[in-house]
Order: sequence, then structure tokens, then C-alpha cells
Amino acid sequence: MADKHIDDLSGVETTGHEWDGIRELNNPLPRWWLWTFYGTILWALVYTVLYPAWPMLTDATKGVLGYSSRAELAADVGAAKAAQGVVLEKISSSSLEDILADPQLSQFATAGGAAAFRVNCTPCHGTGAAGGQGYPNLNDDEWLWGGDVNAIYQTISHGIRDTVDPETRISEMPVFADMLQPEEIRQVAAYIISLTSAPQDPSLIDAGKQVFADNCVSCHGENAEGNRELGAPNLADAIWLKASTEAEIAAQVRSPKHGVMPAWTGRLGDTAVKQLAVYIHSLGGGE
Amino acid sequence: MNLYTAPSSEPAGQMVERIDVKSAHPPKKAGEPLYEKRKKIFPKRAEGQFRRFKWLVMLVTLGIYYLTPWIRWDRGPFAPDQAVLVDLATRRFYFFFIEIWPQEFFFVAGLLVMAGFGLFLVTSAVGRAWCGYTCPQTVWVDLFLAVERFFEGDRNARIKLDAAPWTFDKIGKRIAKHFTWIVIAVATGGAWIFYFADAPSLAFDFITGNAAPVAYSTVAILTATTYVLGGLMREQVCIYMCPWPRIQAAMLDENSLVVTYNDWRGEPRTRGAKKAAAAGLPVGDCVDCNACVAVCPMGIDIRDGQQLACITCALCIDACDGVMDKIGKPRGLIAYATLNEYDANMALATNGGATTIDPARVRNPDGSFVDKVRHFDWKIILRPRTLLYFGVWTAVGLGLIYALLSRDRLEINVLHDRNPQFVLESDGSIRNGYTVRLLNMIPEPRTILISMDGLPEATMKITGVSDVPGRLFAVQAEPDKALALKVFVTLPKDAISDEAKDFHFIAEDRSSHEKDDHGAVFNAPEGRHSGGRK
Repeated sequence: MADKHIDDLSGVETTGHEWDGIRELNNPLPRWWLWTFYGTILWALVYTVLYPAWPMLTDATKGVLGYSSRAELAADVGAAKAAQGVVLEKISSSSLEDILADPQLSQFATAGGAAAFRVNCTPCHGTGAAGGQGYPNLNDDEWLWGGDVNAIYQTISHGIRDTVDPETRISEMPVFADMLQPEEIRQVAAYIISLTSAPQDPSLIDAGKQVFADNCVSCHGENAEGNRELGAPNLADAIWLKASTEAEIAAQVRSPKHGVMPAWTGRLGDTAVKQLAVYIHSLGGGE
Repeated sequence: MNLYTAPSSEPAGQMVERIDVKSAHPPKKAGEPLYEKRKKIFPKRAEGQFRRFKWLVMLVTLGIYYLTPWIRWDRGPFAPDQAVLVDLATRRFYFFFIEIWPQEFFFVAGLLVMAGFGLFLVTSAVGRAWCGYTCPQTVWVDLFLAVERFFEGDRNARIKLDAAPWTFDKIGKRIAKHFTWIVIAVATGGAWIFYFADAPSLAFDFITGNAAPVAYSTVAILTATTYVLGGLMREQVCIYMCPWPRIQAAMLDENSLVVTYNDWRGEPRTRGAKKAAAAGLPVGDCVDCNACVAVCPMGIDIRDGQQLACITCALCIDACDGVMDKIGKPRGLIAYATLNEYDANMALATNGGATTIDPARVRNPDGSFVDKVRHFDWKIILRPRTLLYFGVWTAVGLGLIYALLSRDRLEINVLHDRNPQFVLESDGSIRNGYTVRLLNMIPEPRTILISMDGLPEATMKITGVSDVPGRLFAVQAEPDKALALKVFVTLPKDAISDEAKDFHFIAEDRSSHEKDDHGAVFNAPEGRHSGGRK
């Protein structure tokens, strides 16, 4: 620069810029800072060549390393699947009893079953498998179709009253409104409620017992203990699925509601169903 | 010529060589820009009591750092035998007879609190002793300077070499120096990783190329930082990068010992003291030989007064004491002194600031100091501030020792199932589920008894342990592991009297008499206790 101007007060050279007599001091950036800055520029140049970077009209440059985050994810997922594959293979080839007997396998199956349950079963059975009215609680020890691990597997695998699966569990309680008088239905409801607590009108119990013996024992058993072959519930215990008050029981006798569960093997595959069975069995009510 | 360790029997008044050196960080004048270009520093070798002490500190600190991972400590077959090990993979920290689990990390936090208060205590008592003696930056720079001196010679030789053209001799010396530095840096980075894995096997894996990539990258990073910070940047780190010089201002007070140039006896600094004295001029003890500047690893002139760049390594004290011995003056022209002491003596020498420094006011005609001159009194270290720091430091230390001695090595944790809160069984009883975690925190397998305290009618089942309901179960706990158990507790219909009932799970090791319990709640549905369904 021709006219090198030094600021009097600080003794620092100015840039030559001046606004209304105010000059700008030329204090250079520290060297290390500048070199770091140049370093980052160099880094960026190298990076954009090696990795996907520059946006084009429809795509972006691929980078000479051919890296892509999707491919990396796919590889990670593949590796995780491969790692699980060994155990899944073992689950697939083992009987349910063997899985339960092997702590490692049963732990894996319980965790896998829990994940499958969250995705597929919670809409009806709830996230804690506690069910609701009409949807069975899977934690307790009452099982309509059997509570050992093979029975649970059978139920999940083929469903209940599934419209397609030929092996599905199926049974229907008749519509007793067509066969019994309204008075008889009230009597049998009073009898059923009397098995576990007090009916509103105890005088109906004896007549109700007769109605029960004539119409219900073939499925529900002489002592109303139910029949798992037919999915007929135990009426003498504390757990009620479809009805719990006298009026609700009478309504269920008049015109029964039936639950439906789809068959899951076709959707999830046998290994997932096995894991689901192990998980359900572990909830506390498994036999 | 050896300047500084003249035997005291040598005659006083011997000629002292004057070294041509200026402070690399002179005080700024008003308006002067704050930007300071780095000036090369060629610290001269110092000899004396502080230098010897620093060698000792270096030996001890580096010895601890490099050798600790190799100490073995037998913990039996179920735990590593390395005395100090941070096992990140299994989340355990081993320190000789102490083993810490992640939830006991407060011990480390407590040690850090102690380190902090210890630093406050030391700083308020003896200034930046941490910076001057034990800071890794100081220790490694000291080591790197020793290497530099070994290959390139002392100050004058190094200055000459630096200015010399690039001959084979210079290139050879430089390569030898930097190579040795890098070897030290690699060893430094290498020692670090041994704290995180079994040292002998990691060393073998590392050399044979089988160690984890993170081991190599950690060594590479620490090699780079050691080489750059200790070899190349040196004093720049202390002045511009380290926050401690700024923080220490809050720690120092007028009773803290700092390295001080006692200008009340040094000024006016005089070359050719005899001539000046003969001319009747006032003569201070400082002969302006610049030995204090030449030895300074920070490149400062301590005679400019206390300054941020001074790490109080005390090498200038050694240098000056050597000169004082040589000219037959008492040691301590540069010495550890408190600001109070210094101010009192300055007031004495300047008649309360009324005059310039007059050596005659602090000296008797025979050269000894007058009685009014204040000397350091060790009792000043015991003052409320240091006692408070020491008190807090001790309290935290005692607290940690108490926590260490009273901590449980058997723990039980209980998590109640939230969904569902309870389950109604077909016989009307209510069942609650719990996840019980047993922590066996010793490296030995043990048999733990799990029982219930409270809910006398209830029974429990533990998945995988027993299908038969009971109230006491024996569980095998693996060494040094947490064991998660699924426990179902069932209360019969008649015993349900409340919506929520408290009870305890108890874990007990009968052989070691260890016991721990954890509270739990048993939930029952609303209205269930009234006897009927709604």
C-alpha cells in the first residue's frame, strides 16, 4: 500500500478504510485460527468429493466412497437380523416345552413375544394384556381354551371363530331367547349369580338350578365349571368375561355375544407365534 | 561456568555473569495492543532446592501415571486382577480393595469435590503450587525440556542452534529431539488406555495390531496432544488456554504465599555495586544478572511483579539464591512471600511510600536486616479461609470413608408392575407382579434368601425358581452381577382389606449376615375388600 497509515494511539496499522475520519485497525486473526479455518475448508472439499454432498436437479452427487446412510442402516439391520437368526432358528426348531426349559431361549422368546404383542395384540387385549369386558385378561389363571403353552399356541395360531382357518377354535352358545321363557332366563341368571354371590331374589335359585340342569350342563358342566374343549367358561369362579351382573347374565343367556380372534400364523409366521405363546404363558397365569 | 551452586565457602563478591535476556511477556503500556506475538523461550537449567523438589515430584507423578495400570491385585476368579481399572464394558471401577458400581459413582464425584477443595486450600495457602509442580502440563513440559537440553545443550547452545543454518548436525539434533518427544507422547497416550482394560493383554494386542480401534485412536489423540501441548505450545497453553490462572485470582489473598521479587531489598538494582557504593549511591541486592529471567520456563521477568503468566515453579528462586550465595548476600531476594509481608517491607523501605526504595532503611550498616523487617510466619497458613477449606475437604473425605465402610454389598430393588396393577384370579384372590432386582456386588457367587415381611396371608412365586407358592426362596446370585427376578405375590380373597398395602421384600445372605430390604405396595381393586363384586 502506498500510504501506510499507523494509528497513533495503538501503534497498529490501519486497513486504509475510513469513514468520517474513523479508521479501521488492521488486527490480523491469530495464525492458528486462520490455519484451522483453512483446514476446515480443505476438509470440506475432500469431504464433498468422498461423500454424497452436492445437490443436483433430481439427485445428489454420490461421492467416490459410495457411502449412503440408507445402505449403512440396511447393513446394521441385516447384521442385527443375522445375530438374531441363530436364536430364532433354534426357537423355530424347538418344541415349546424345550424353549421354556432353556432360560436363554425363553428369555429371548419372551422379549420377542412382548414386542410382537405390543404391535399386534394390544388393540383388543390392552398393552398390559389385562383385556377388558369381552376381551380376556391374559394375566389371570382362567383360560377358556386352555392355559398350558401348547394350548395358548394353538389359540394364537388358529384364532377363535376365524372365518378362514379350518382349524380355528369354534363353538357357539345357542340363542336361548328362542327356547326359554323370559321367567326361566331370570331364574337361571339368579342361579348362576348365586354360585359366587347373592342374587336379588333368592327364591328364584331352585327353579334356576333346574333350568340350568336341563339346558346348560352339557357345555358348562354339572357344577358350572366350564369345558375347555368347547371354550365354555367356568361360571362358578370370580372371573367374568362378557357379563358380571344378573341383568348382564340374563342378556347373555337370551342372545349370547361371541368374541372373535383372527388366526395369526398366516400373518406373523410360526416363530413369532411361538414367541407370543411363551410371552403370554410368562404373564403369571400360565399352566 | 556453573553459576548457581557455588559452595558457601567461596569468597563473596565473585563476579556474576550477566545474561542478556528480556521478559517474553513485558507489562503492557496504556494503549498498547493486547496481541502478543510469541517469542521463543530458551529456559536455562536451574539448580537448587526447588529444582530438586520438582525432579522428585516429576518422578512420583509420572511414576504413578505410567506404572499404576501394571499393579496387580488378586480379587479371586470372578473379577479382574488389575489394581486400578475402569471397566467401561461391564461398568465397574476397581481401585485396589474398592469396587464401585455405576450407582456408586458419587464416590468419584466426592473425590472430585475433594480435589477441588484441595486445590482451593493449596492455592490459598501456597499460591499456584498446582501449576508450578504437579500440573501435567508443567510436568511434561519439564520432561520435554530435559530431553531438549540433552540433545541440544543448555540455553546458549540452543539459541545458537536455533539461529544456525540447517546443517546435518542441526537436522540430526532436531530429529533426535522430536523423535524422543513423540516416543514419550506415545507412551503417555499408551499408558492412558491401560487404565481401561487389562494392561498386559491390551499391550500385547496393541503391539500385534489386534486392539480395538478406539484404543488406537485414543493413543493417537493423546500422542498428538502431549506432543503439541508439551513440546510445541508449552507456556502458551498456560497463558492462553488454561482457565485456572483466571480462577486462581479468586483463591489468592494477601496471606497467600507467592513467588515474589522483594524489591524492597533488591532495588535499586545495580551492576557494579562496589563502584556505585563507593560513589555513595544507594545499592540494592539485585545485581541485574537476569538469571531469574533466563531460567523461567514461562519467559517472564518476576521482577515485574505478580503476573498471570507466572506458574510459581520457583526456579527463579533457585537461580537467584545461587547468585546471592555467590555474592555473599542472604538468600531470598526472590522468595515465597505473602502480599502482606511484602507490603509491610515495602512500606518500611519507602517510608510509607513517601520516597523511592532506600536500602538503608531496611539494612543495618553491617548488611544484616533491621529488626522491623517482616519475615514469613508459618502461622499465617492457619487462617479462617484455609481452615474452612480444610474443614470442608476433611468433612467430604470423612463422609466418603463413612459411606465406603457402611455401604451395602447386597442390594434389593423392587419395581411394581404398572400394567396391570393387579390381577384377579379365578378363586377371587388378587395377584400383583413385581420385578425384583438382586445386586450381588461382590465377586463371589452366593445364595440369597428372598422373603416377605408383612402381608402374612400372602404367598409368592418366583419365575424360574419355584412354581410352588411360598414365602421364602433361595436364589443363586452370580458373582458381581445384578439378577432380575419376576415375582408374583398372591393374597387370598379373605385377606384383602385395603386397596393398597405396604410390605417389604427382604434379601439376606445368611453366611455373611448381610441383609437389605425394599418397600413394596400390594394393590387390590377398588371395592374388592367389601366382599362382593360391584
